[in-house]
Amino acid sequence: MLMKKIKGIEFSIISPTMIRKMSALEVKTPDTYDKDGYPMESGLMDPHLGVINPGLRCKTCGQRMKKCPGHFGSLELVRPVVHSEFGRRLEIIMHSTCKECGRIALPDDKIEKYKKMIKTDGVDSVLKKVMAKGKTVKKCPHCKATKSKVLLDKPTNFYYNKERIYTEIREWIEKLAERDYAIFGYDPARVKPEWFVMKVLSVPPITIRPSITLESGIKSEDDLTHKLVDIIRINMRLKDNIEAGAPQLIIEDLWDLLQYHVTTYLDNNTAGVPPAKHRSGRALRTIVQRLKGKKGRFRHNLTGKRVNFAARSTVTPDPFIKISEVGIPKKIADELTVPERVTEWNKEELKKMVKDTDKAVYAIRADETKKRVDETNKEEIAEEIDVGFRIERKLQNGDIVLFNRQPSLHRLSMLAHTVRVMEGKTFKINPIVCKPYNADFDGDEMNVHVPQTEEGKTEARELMFVRNQVISPRYGAPVIILDEDGVSGAFVLTLDSTKFTREETMQYFFEMGLTTLSKPDRGKDYSGKLIFSQMLPKDLNLEYKTNMCKIIQKTMPCKNCTKEKCEHDAYLQIKNGQLLHGVIDDASLGEVSGKLIDELARKYPSTVIEDFYYNVNRVVADLLTMRGMTAGLDEYEVSNHIQKLKSKVIEELLEDGKKLTDKYKRGTLSHLPGKSVKESFENGMMGLAAKTKEKIQNAIMKEKLEPIMSEKPKLNTMVMIVAGSRGSSINLMNIAGFWGQANVREGRPRRGFKNRLITLNKKDDVGVLAGGFIKSSFMDGMDAKEYFYHSMGGRQGEVDTGVSTKVSGYLYRRLANSLKDLVVNNDGTVRTASSELVQYVYGEDGVFPKNTVRGKSIDLEEEAENMKKQV
Amino acid sequence: MIRSFNEHFLVPKHIMLSKEQAAELLKKYNLTLDQLPKIPVSDSAIADLHPARDDIVKIIRTSPTAGKTVYYRRVM
Repeated sequence: MLMKKIKGIEFSIISPTMIRKMSALEVKTPDTYDKDGYPMESGLMDPHLGVINPGLRCKTCGQRMKKCPGHFGSLELVRPVVHSEFGRRLEIIMHSTCKECGRIALPDDKIEKYKKMIKTDGVDSVLKKVMAKGKTVKKCPHCKATKSKVLLDKPTNFYYNKERIYTEIREWIEKLAERDYAIFGYDPARVKPEWFVMKVLSVPPITIRPSITLESGIKSEDDLTHKLVDIIRINMRLKDNIEAGAPQLIIEDLWDLLQYHVTTYLDNNTAGVPPAKHRSGRALRTIVQRLKGKKGRFRHNLTGKRVNFAARSTVTPDPFIKISEVGIPKKIADELTVPERVTEWNKEELKKMVKDTDKAVYAIRADETKKRVDETNKEEIAEEIDVGFRIERKLQNGDIVLFNRQPSLHRLSMLAHTVRVMEGKTFKINPIVCKPYNADFDGDEMNVHVPQTEEGKTEARELMFVRNQVISPRYGAPVIILDEDGVSGAFVLTLDSTKFTREETMQYFFEMGLTTLSKPDRGKDYSGKLIFSQMLPKDLNLEYKTNMCKIIQKTMPCKNCTKEKCEHDAYLQIKNGQLLHGVIDDASLGEVSGKLIDELARKYPSTVIEDFYYNVNRVVADLLTMRGMTAGLDEYEVSNHIQKLKSKVIEELLEDGKKLTDKYKRGTLSHLPGKSVKESFENGMMGLAAKTKEKIQNAIMKEKLEPIMSEKPKLNTMVMIVAGSRGSSINLMNIAGFWGQANVREGRPRRGFKNRLITLNKKDDVGVLAGGFIKSSFMDGMDAKEYFYHSMGGRQGEVDTGVSTKVSGYLYRRLANSLKDLVVNNDGTVRTASSELVQYVYGEDGVFPKNTVRGKSIDLEEEAENMKKQV
Repeated sequence: MIRSFNEHFLVPKHIMLSKEQAAELLKKYNLTLDQLPKIPVSDSAIADLHPARDDIVKIIRTSPTAGKTVYYRRVM
């Protein structure tokens, strides 16, 4: 193939000579069709301008409808008319030049000086200066004629010495010397400013403004044609009047009218010009309107690309389908098709499909002739089918489709699923795959695309299949993870205290598709750990500290870790696929940190992780329905002991705060390095508040943690905190303890009234309670002051989310757009679409993050373990 | 005293490639000169090398992922 590099694109102004050269026909008649419906000769619908009727031939190029691109015509205007988009440019020229001689109204040496300045200062700033100087000139230094003020009544009417000028405009601009063009930034070889005042108008081809025949047989013309008819009509009237020697006043009126029509033909939204209306009162859509804006040619037709074999609908959750599946409504599945190639191996099968079912939609013969399959001809077509045919059939279970949610900020925003045709009208997805799409079910819509070729299908399956994407390609750790219910449920299931009867266990085994029941391991009963173990591969061995361990360490640290003998059952051990010790929580299932998920997704075939999720979903849904997870107000009540402790520490804080405040007020407070005294004081106050909070937080956590580890745990908020699925000790603290210091921009709130935050405080009070400390909890309820402090902090949070989503969204978009067509080549280099080199080795180390362990090429700990085993 | 900022530890090492080395590089990556990343002649980091147009400069940088990495840029 011949390849040429585009060196540049030049935009310029079309010359009248060019318009005439391009013209296939000079349009002279304002009428479009005659009485019999034939296009008028040299009218706007003359067949020289292109064909829109199938079967007819173009009189210019002789081609038929689809082949003929259409041809431009031209229209000679009897009087020159200002191009409305160039009024301002003409004004600039007029301000700086002499009407009589057309030279710039400055002495020659000055002109030369300004010409030289262009190189350093740029045209715009020089032109501004020239114009400002030219405006003030009263007498032309070249021809000594007097120079008067020019006024532009936007967009097209010019006044010279307070009098309307018509013919003079074009005459004036024509006088302009070519050597002066440079001052205005024009290149004499390409543009002549007098072209801004048009003597000839280009008439667009019919193909651009086709007439439509309505069902009633009435022909309806395009808006552009309407406007052109107006122009031609006035042009003719003006011509007749001039030839008849009509008074100047009438001619000028007609001229203005012609100017109006040309202006609105170009842009029907020109400021200061009433838009031209259709008979029905609708404003006409003329040239500028066609190009501009969201619905314009650029954004709507050129940038807005559309595809076939796609569908869009609302998404709804279905936890009982696999993560790699997507539920497609029957209605949509019947509309979308996939081509199936006939080979000698599937020939009989396809024949049967065509004959006996209504799955086949089209049969395409080897010579690409397409035939629709319907009730009447299916037997006949089935007979005809042979190797080389293609059958386009409806989508069916097991087909591969791409599924996508906008904004596609991610590789994972478009993944491949297998089809499951289902009832209903919505797409159904397993709630676990919401995460990569960032989808929820409050009305989100998503798109499917059906790959049409074997290459497309294979590529989708190998590179984009959901179950192969559990590990993030960005940081090499799990992204497709169990949702909050799943983690809480798995935690409850694997608690040591959870036991099931034989009947219950049978139900869970059934959910997992198992038919043989193991031996009970808790006397007559079954432990949740045993049930959970059924979902693990039989050769799995793992050992690590759970999330529960982390939380226990915060409140009541152990001296020595007893590992699997942990008294809290917080150390996890899986041997040969049996969960022996420990609970399953965020440390096993969570995002990034989930070690169990990491192991299953990395070391086993991808079906293992998919089935694991499928089983967990089913078992957990059942478990939580039967046992329940709830929250009640009594959970947030604290013991008297803690109430007392709470008032004690707050009192201490007030005391310490007062001491610090006094010290600050007396001026004896020493400052921290790099900080002013005031900053140091604020820092100190923040520090005091934070310390106070800490004292209480641990006490509350400890009190609330105990019931979880009892024989009969309550399944409530604490389960979520300990399992790590939702909430933290901070949330608990805010509800049951106290809120603590209100924060605005990493410090105590300080903006408000003069010398105080709110008018409830005394002026110049900088103490603890006046500085935004909230000693109440959500359970107690806040007092009026505290409510305001809390709102100050709340406002900042609201503003931050608003600003950061907007800013980071735009930054990300720009980054993604600039990087989108970079490709890693087989030699490891990163190159652009035109194979310019960007990196010599991808990422400088040539490592694909998806194959890393949390970003590191090698998991050193694991390698060390392996080596120990080998020794 | 730092006489040239090339001595500063944050400025990566810039080395001029010989004609043969340059040709070899282009062959290795199957590149034409205009596909190479560019560096202005006036760049202070290569001022000591007295570069001419179309010379290729080898840059040895520290990298957060690979420790050390080599990059080539064409003088323009």
